[in-house]
Amino acid sequence: MTTYTTRFGSLQRYEKGGVEVINDDAKNYTFSNMFEVASMAKPYEKVAVGKNMEYVLEVLRAEGTSGWRAAAHDEFALVMDGEVEIRLRKLADPAVVPAGTRGSVSLNGTPDGQPMGRVRARRGHMTLLPVGAAYQFHADRPGVILLQTVAGADTQFRWAEICQTM
Amino acid sequence: MATQTTGVRSTGPNEHGYRRFQLGEFTFSRDEYFVHVAWPTGSHIMSADAFLRALQRDVAWGFFYGIVNFDGVIGTVNHYGTVDLFAGRYNDAYRKAELDHVENFPSPLILESFQAILDDWTNAGFDPFASPHETGGAFGPKAGENRRATTRRRVTARRMVGVPGDEPLRSDESGFPINRQFVDVPQDEPEIVAEPGFEGQVSAFNLFAYLSRSDVTWNPSIVSVCQDSLYCPTTEEYILPVIHGNDRVEWFVQLSDEIHWAVEDRDTGAVRARVVMKPGDVCAMPADIRHQGYAPKRAMLLVWENASPDLPQLIASGKVPTNPVEF
Repeated sequence: MTTYTTRFGSLQRYEKGGVEVINDDAKNYTFSNMFEVASMAKPYEKVAVGKNMEYVLEVLRAEGTSGWRAAAHDEFALVMDGEVEIRLRKLADPAVVPAGTRGSVSLNGTPDGQPMGRVRARRGHMTLLPVGAAYQFHADRPGVILLQTVAGADTQFRWAEICQTM
Repeated sequence: MATQTTGVRSTGPNEHGYRRFQLGEFTFSRDEYFVHVAWPTGSHIMSADAFLRALQRDVAWGFFYGIVNFDGVIGTVNHYGTVDLFAGRYNDAYRKAELDHVENFPSPLILESFQAILDDWTNAGFDPFASPHETGGAFGPKAGENRRATTRRRVTARRMVGVPGDEPLRSDESGFPINRQFVDVPQDEPEIVAEPGFEGQVSAFNLFAYLSRSDVTWNPSIVSVCQDSLYCPTTEEYILPVIHGNDRVEWFVQLSDEIHWAVEDRDTGAVRARVVMKPGDVCAMPADIRHQGYAPKRAMLLVWENASPDLPQLIASGKVPTNPVEF
């Protein structure tokens, strides 16, 4: 009986594919690799690797403890490498993120509100970052988070640096 | 032009046991090996296996986003309320020879007709959603049905899989064993600690374990929703049974293993690029292409969609570019 090995990527070990252009421009495909992006990023920088109108996929290098953030909409954190603790706190004053704000905003210090709980997430684990709650990430060792969200003031766009251009 | 509004039009069984169907001026019939499609200016033949695999996706996806090419000749265009059924419309040679043909139908009518074809032409033991290695054959005279397979419900989470009241997780007990090619995927769930009063409000799940238990291939299903931003992961093995023509930018994130994509011009079929995606790769499919994927080993692919109903018109009118970003 055949034994199959499922291949995942990591910061330590990834192999990038690519676009083989026949009659096109490679830039149309905005091709990047999230582990390569995270390997070049500072901890918790929000680097866009996908954009579809106002929506983005952000890659975060999880390392150490992040600041607290919150959004006016749900977001979703998928751990792609490493182990990340996600701490949630109910916002005592949800207006710290005005309704209609796109993407998450950075909060000063620890926001007022009750602790909701925490999630210890490893590769493949997806966590809901619910509207009305603030969140903080912590990772003892470098990891990678893929965030489903809306482009916000802190989203970093570095297409020319991260994407295949030829 | 809408040519038909209600009802499935079909004949009794032919010598092979299969009914013949008519939809507008299109006719569909099958024999032991092949499906025959005819329209006023031409006709076409497809393997019954390939036709049923494509038809299954078109039905299950509600005609999906944009164009679902069954092959280089036959397919549908979703106008979100009505659907074009076409022959040769997106084939340069048919267009130049003026042999292409298009009819528009209300979505419920074409869906009902396609469901009837799928139901009648799928034999017991053949699962159009399964990889070729995991199902019996589509061929031969009519032999029973496989409604359990052809009427599967597509997962469409409202917020996130695993959130109380939303789509449930998969398990052996719920009929979703780990797929033979994903037996090495860790099944551990995230450790969740909810403070008193917040039980049920702290939610997380193992997406990779969830995908390892998928019983279908090439079937994007919604697992998380951020406004119009939809995560639609899917497990892929062998060949995508349709050639998907985009009416908006679509993004792929390779979660595991490897997929090769053949990318062509959406309207003519001219080859534009090949894309090879490996774990961690992220790639956009522009809004003016069509693509077909090849997965040598069962792979996890995150399909990321923007479900905004305004996008097709914005792109078709040129107000929004067909490529995702300028840099």
